Amino acid sequence: MPTIRLSVPETASKGEIIEIKAMIQHPMETGYRRGQKGEVIERDIIKFFECQYNGELVFSSEFFPGIAANPFLTFYVRAEKTGELTFKWTDQDGTRWSDSASLTVS
Amino acid sequence: MVRLSAACLALLAVAACHPSEPERSRQSTIPKEDLRSGSDYLTPETLAQQEDDFENPGYLWVERGERLFSMASGAETPCSECHDDGLKGVSATYPKFDDTLGRLINLEARINLCRSEHQSLPALDYESEDLLAITAYVANQSRGMPLAVPLTEAARDNYERGKEYFYTRRGQFNLSCEQCHVENNGRKLRGDTISQGHPNGFPAYRFEWQTFGSLHRRLQDCDTGVRAEPFDLGSDTYLDLEYFLSVRANGLEIETPAIRR
Repeated sequence: MPTIRLSVPETASKGEIIEIKAMIQHPMETGYRRGQKGEVIERDIIKFFECQYNGELVFSSEFFPGIAANPFLTFYVRAEKTGELTFKWTDQDGTRWSDSASLTVS
Repeated sequence: MVRLSAACLALLAVAACHPSEPERSRQSTIPKEDLRSGSDYLTPETLAQQEDDFENPGYLWVERGERLFSMASGAETPCSECHDDGLKGVSATYPKFDDTLGRLINLEARINLCRSEHQSLPALDYESEDLLAITAYVANQSRGMPLAVPLTEAARDNYERGKEYFYTRRGQFNLSCEQCHVENNGRKLRGDTISQGHPNGFPAYRFEWQTFGSLHRRLQDCDTGVRAEPFDLGSDTYLDLEYFLSVRANGLEIETPAIRR
């Protein structure tokens, strides 16, 4: 299980634009590099990221080999009602990692 | 002409006289007041990334280390049970000479000793994700504190060996550590600025690696850079060098997890 780091404010007022940050530990191996013996290092990347706010998709992103290791995303969401933000990363083999954070809207 | 070639031959003979004697560079040092951390050589953007506790990818390892520290993972007692007050300031004094063992140990070795002595767990491999994570977590607790590694009589030999390594020319490029990191620090080596070569940010996240790594891995890269045969991670040679470098950097703040290019 890779380490996931999330930055979501605990509280926000209704209608406020809040900053969300998400980082996941991943090598994002491009598949273009070679090892010390000249052997090809297999591609190993995350393909897709999505963030849902109370079940509604609010942000998604497709990843390619040019993305650096340990991808770090910052995006903005409008706080509408108290609930949960879930973050989901899917790699090239379909393996999924997810984490969530709760947000209280007053 | 004949006389000239004779002179050349004589010069060659002198040069070939001591093939096994290692060559030393100048023994210059950096005055204490001019010590500059590796972070002084970063771009403002990278420095900002290092100082932002969320954006700094090194915290992925610090957080993992924090989990491992308080998790039993097969052991009867997790690290946090003995070290319930944390380990603030500890890493500032490592590498340290252990009187009971009669040898110098660094933070990585200390963690592995704890595992075998108090937790009946096998030692972690040098450069394994878990050892890097625990080292990062322990060192991070001393972040902002100045390095204060004492030069003790017991470890005097280690210091001297490390010093000798630092000033000995090596590799196909025939360069010593001193020639880059003392004589030419602040100048360019291709696109990069040469730092003074201090260990205060390690273990650190390095862009070239795209991951987190130990000081010994960094030393291997330096040796490879001058086309010398690198030593093993955790080897006595690198440990002595780590000790010399730490004493040399005394006074600089610990930055773990630092970001380096």
